[in-house]
Amino acid sequence: MGKTIAEKILARASGRVEASAGEIVKARVDVAMMPDLTTILAVNAMKEMGVERVWDPEKVVAILDHVAPASTPMAAKIHRDIRIWAREQNLKNLYDVESGVCHQVLPEKGHVKPGTVVIGADSHTCTHGAFGAFATGVGSTDMGAILATGKTWLRVPETIRVQVEGKLQDLVLPKDVILRVAGEVGADGATYNAIEFHGETISEMSVSGRMTLCNMAIEMGGKAGIIEPDDKTYAFLDERTDGIYEPVFADGDAEYKRVLDMDVDDLEPQVACPHKVDNVKPVSQVAGTSINQAFIGSCTNGRLEDLETAAAVLRGRRIHPDVRLLIVPASQRVYLDALDAGIVRDLVEAGAMFSNPSCGACFGGHIGLLAPGEVGITTSNRNFKGRQGSPESKVYLSSPAVAAVSALTGVITDPREAS
Amino acid sequence: MTQVGRAWKYGDDVNTDYIIPGKYLELVDPEEMAQHAMEGIDPGFPEKITKGDIVVGGRNFGCGSSREHAPLALKYAGVGAVVAESYARIFYRNAINVGLPALECPGITAAVSDGDFLEIDVIGGVIINKSTGARLSFTPLPSFMVEVLNEGGLAPYLRKNMEDW
Repeated sequence: MGKTIAEKILARASGRVEASAGEIVKARVDVAMMPDLTTILAVNAMKEMGVERVWDPEKVVAILDHVAPASTPMAAKIHRDIRIWAREQNLKNLYDVESGVCHQVLPEKGHVKPGTVVIGADSHTCTHGAFGAFATGVGSTDMGAILATGKTWLRVPETIRVQVEGKLQDLVLPKDVILRVAGEVGADGATYNAIEFHGETISEMSVSGRMTLCNMAIEMGGKAGIIEPDDKTYAFLDERTDGIYEPVFADGDAEYKRVLDMDVDDLEPQVACPHKVDNVKPVSQVAGTSINQAFIGSCTNGRLEDLETAAAVLRGRRIHPDVRLLIVPASQRVYLDALDAGIVRDLVEAGAMFSNPSCGACFGGHIGLLAPGEVGITTSNRNFKGRQGSPESKVYLSSPAVAAVSALTGVITDPREAS
Repeated sequence: MTQVGRAWKYGDDVNTDYIIPGKYLELVDPEEMAQHAMEGIDPGFPEKITKGDIVVGGRNFGCGSSREHAPLALKYAGVGAVVAESYARIFYRNAINVGLPALECPGITAAVSDGDFLEIDVIGGVIINKSTGARLSFTPLPSFMVEVLNEGGLAPYLRKNMEDW
């Protein structure tokens, strides 16, 4: 019987000839990534285990991103303590508060390679499956054990194969595809599973769009989202890594738990309605809903191509006077590229405000919160009650095109009709 | 390992933002996290529970963010165990890792009302609803997880057993 990508990577990482879904393996970790708000708990766990030094200071990556820059003395202390700890441990990679969101910074700086195991103390670590890695999120104690030993136990997941065929219409984007998948699979439909994305639509999709897909595997309970690497992946990696890696591909006769076939030729833009990520509707069903704020950013949709989409919609126009449009580039690199391309000016002239790269607006941290009764539309990944401010606010998830055009009109709008 | 306590019942998809909202993630002291346990869905929870009480959830309990603050907040607020129809993967690992029994018991939603008193035999895999007399069984935790719970979590467990890891 053939093997899935997850089975193959986890077999390799655990030194076995093969591994099958359901087995427990002890996997060697290639990259251990920690964002600011989960690091101290992981460091404390490692100490409690009686271990003083991390197993490999070259493989541990710390990124100060969730509360960046610090908005409270407590956050400032966390950042200070992480900096001191990273120095003590001789960590080779500490990305400080200016750098950006961990899931953007990690691949941009060349830490993600096909066929490797990437473990992060953040649930959206599944993003890195876009490069053909097995990447998953864990809590701080699991991360502490990895810091101590370089290993973790994992149950080899069953895999759901999502086969996506067809050509997306203009202004229908990868986010619409993954929202449709989330609506179909449900918030716990992929619990303990990996999701492989295959098909013509995926081959045509940019690396940035593939990251959007894999990013949201966790919103279905998924352990990992994975896409086979191809020439686009290699082009991205060649600029950023030493180019030494061994890609892994699914066997033709691999065993899948479920195959989900999607044809996206006629896919309409999708919106996840309050307060669940799988409460997904075509935009036409919620069009006309008034909004107070639009947010374009996050590890889901804060990349250059997302900002370009927003700029294409808003260039030379002015957003609705009752709407706040908040744009947060996912990293300093994205910010610089957007500046060079003139996108920042276009968007600011349209009425947008820019904030420095961070996670703050996505998780109800320190920027862009919603008041009771307010409605936000966001390109991020969670619309839980209270996620972005007051528990009496409402959050809709959408693509950057839907968010940008809705900022223009003041109501949720199909971008295909407004352009 | 027996847990006895009042059931505090919630529905499906109780996410970790509900268990402890994002604004409290700067906390590093579990006792402080505990003051905000369940604040996103049931403000006042830490004041009204008694040590050993049991949180009963529906499907996909603990979905969303990987924040370990969530099981820590519940444990230090005095929650003796969580019983749910099913769990999100990361929360489940985190709960065991911090020494909070997380038990998967299909049928628990129908068998328990908010306020019922439950007696749970964690090792034997039996839940008795003392208020109704109903008896449910669940697949007991694997022995490795029981050992971790007995030590109070993965960190103290590994302190003793690092060479086997």
